[in-house]
Amino acid sequence: MDATDTMAVEARRATQIAFVRSATQDPLPPPLSQSGAIGWVREHLFSTPLNIALTLVSVGLIAWLVPPLINYMIFDAVWSGEDREACLVTVERPVVGACWAFVRERLAYFTYGFYPIGERWRVDIFFAMLVIGIVWLAWLRAPRRDIGAVYFFVVMPVVSYILLLGWPAIGLYKVETSFWGGLLVTVVVAAVGIVVSLPIGILLALGRRSQMPAVRLFSVIVIEFVRGVPLITVLFMASVMLPLFVPDTWSPDKLLRALVGVALFTSAYMAEVVRAGLQAIPKGQYEGAMAVGLSYWQMMRLIILPQALRITIPNIVNSYIALFKDTTLVFIVGIFDFLRTIEAARIDPKWATPTTSTTGYAFAAVFYFICCYLMSRYARNMEARLATGHKR
Amino acid sequence: MSAVGDHRPPRVSPLNDPRVRSIAYQVLLCVVILFLVWGAVDNAIDNLAKARIASGFGFWNATAGFDISQTLIEYSTVSTYGRAFWVGLLNTLLVAALGIVFATVLGFLIGIMRLSRNLLVSRLAAGYVEIVRNLPLLLQLLFWYNAVLKALPELRDSILIPGGGFLNNRGLFLPQPVAEPGFGAVLAAFAVGIAGALAFRIWARRRQERTGEQAPVLAVALALIVGLPLVVFLVAGAPVEFVYPDRGRFNIRGGIEVLPEFVALLFGLVIYTAAFIAEAVRAGIMAVSHGQTEAAYSLGLRPGPTLRLVVIPQAMRVIIPPLTNQYLNLTKNSTLAVAIGYPDLVQVFTGTVLNQTGQAVEVVAVTMAVYLTISLVTSLFMNWYNARIALVER
Repeated sequence: MDATDTMAVEARRATQIAFVRSATQDPLPPPLSQSGAIGWVREHLFSTPLNIALTLVSVGLIAWLVPPLINYMIFDAVWSGEDREACLVTVERPVVGACWAFVRERLAYFTYGFYPIGERWRVDIFFAMLVIGIVWLAWLRAPRRDIGAVYFFVVMPVVSYILLLGWPAIGLYKVETSFWGGLLVTVVVAAVGIVVSLPIGILLALGRRSQMPAVRLFSVIVIEFVRGVPLITVLFMASVMLPLFVPDTWSPDKLLRALVGVALFTSAYMAEVVRAGLQAIPKGQYEGAMAVGLSYWQMMRLIILPQALRITIPNIVNSYIALFKDTTLVFIVGIFDFLRTIEAARIDPKWATPTTSTTGYAFAAVFYFICCYLMSRYARNMEARLATGHKR
Repeated sequence: MSAVGDHRPPRVSPLNDPRVRSIAYQVLLCVVILFLVWGAVDNAIDNLAKARIASGFGFWNATAGFDISQTLIEYSTVSTYGRAFWVGLLNTLLVAALGIVFATVLGFLIGIMRLSRNLLVSRLAAGYVEIVRNLPLLLQLLFWYNAVLKALPELRDSILIPGGGFLNNRGLFLPQPVAEPGFGAVLAAFAVGIAGALAFRIWARRRQERTGEQAPVLAVALALIVGLPLVVFLVAGAPVEFVYPDRGRFNIRGGIEVLPEFVALLFGLVIYTAAFIAEAVRAGIMAVSHGQTEAAYSLGLRPGPTLRLVVIPQAMRVIIPPLTNQYLNLTKNSTLAVAIGYPDLVQVFTGTVLNQTGQAVEVVAVTMAVYLTISLVTSLFMNWYNARIALVER
């Protein structure tokens, strides 16, 4: 029986034509035209006629812009030299790009302005203190950031003031602000804006949300008035009207007047940024704080502001970026900031070449771009960090 | 100790009564402000008297005595300071209006490019936005003016523009069209075209609501607004003559002169603001959820109508508030004209007039009032518009 059975099965197997697979086969890889580099290019660059046209136009645009720019900035550039002769077109160098020799020679002027050469170490210390303060506050895992805040908002301004302006009693002779210039002034304007605008902005924002009508009205008028007019008119107001409004024995100097204007302007914008943060805090937080018997200032200091400021950090940094760009406007009321020193140096006959102006502007552009880009990156990182906290 | 059921308010010192304290704080604030204002006014009167500067608006009708390089209305050195103010204001409004139009077009283009599926296009747009937003506007203006426009050829080597124009470092010179008798008919045809297009649109809308049939509104409107005046123009025998700029040895006469300062300012403002508008547009379009597009497709709408009828109306709601802000910023940023010498309100009025009269308080106050008015009017209009298109929720 066994034998015949087995034979029948064998016979059936032998005559069977169909083949039935007992396990699923691995899928074939997608066709080469739709995967890998080729597929990616087809999908993203050449999917439709319109897309092909756009790609070609973009490639053309990049080819038209980027290589000449790189050539101008690096390969055709002049890196060293004493005066304009170095950057002129000659027979052996028919194409001249950026004249970096000019920037190198004037770098000290761009950094310190007319600050006395023997006293420039004071400026260097100021820059170092500022960098320490910024890193301390911006780096979230830095130790004792509360001390950092006190350092940045109280200690550093006082020490910098004494250091930069001088204090004859301790042997630092006085350097009038009319000698300040370049990067120093840009940084001072930005730093004063940053340090002053945050506290005043917070006060104005609290005032705008206050229950007291007079306080609210005052805050609204200040904020809306300043935000409704251009910064230049605020600077003009500070530089021509402020001296009229104070006794003429005070007569604030030029830089101080501009600083007042910038601080006022930035505070109004900061107030709106902080107000947005305050509004984002749920009402329960306020009620909870009041229920445990905290006073208004305790509630703000311990409960509301820490939360509100934390979520507004990206917006605060964004308004610092705007402030940093706006510092260039002090140029117009006659202060030698970074841009103004470049503007003054580029028309100096000693370096009069066809590429000097462009080189100066390119240097300024690189400087402002790096600063603003770093700040915006930081803001974006903070945003990403803060966003995760609220995701469930 | 109060007994149970005794509802008399607890006795507190008035010092701890929130209402008393609040009134006290507000009175204190008012007193401090009044004191500061009084002190400022007192000092100002004192200082002005010492410097022998007149006060009041008497200077408004005095002869200005300076020239302005670009005037949209009649102005000469014998005109008054008041006239100079209007010239400056009109120049500001001109650059702001043109800037808003161009910045909107460029901004929407870049914003849509950033959302393109084509990686090269979106990266290019992103690069534009990153670079432009991170550079100060003043630097960009100085670059356009000093490094680009001032580097154009001199008068004798002017670049010739086909059609009879010149481009050199003194500006752009274009032929000026001058209307001849009979041009009125073209203007009339234009007015009739606009009225006809509006009427057709209303009729088409009504018919669509009644029967569901659609009419080619855009084509008909274009034919009426552009085609009709064109036909009348040709029938009337092209009643326009061009005054061509005539290049002498030292200057150019006739034609339209566009100042390099104006071009640089317009360029700078448009390029800068467009980057911010592009971000607003991108955010607005991304705020419309993908489900909306999918729902429109499943109803059978083609991509064009989906964009026009579903995505854009919803995106506009998100885009409009930041867009308004950017328009205001552009107008306020046009004050940077003073750095490159374009005769806008600040350059003419807060610059030259202030220097000549010395009446800082009046001049700065008038300038600020102008910008405040522009801001307030724009935001009132935009709030009204925003309320009109806002989502109606139950």
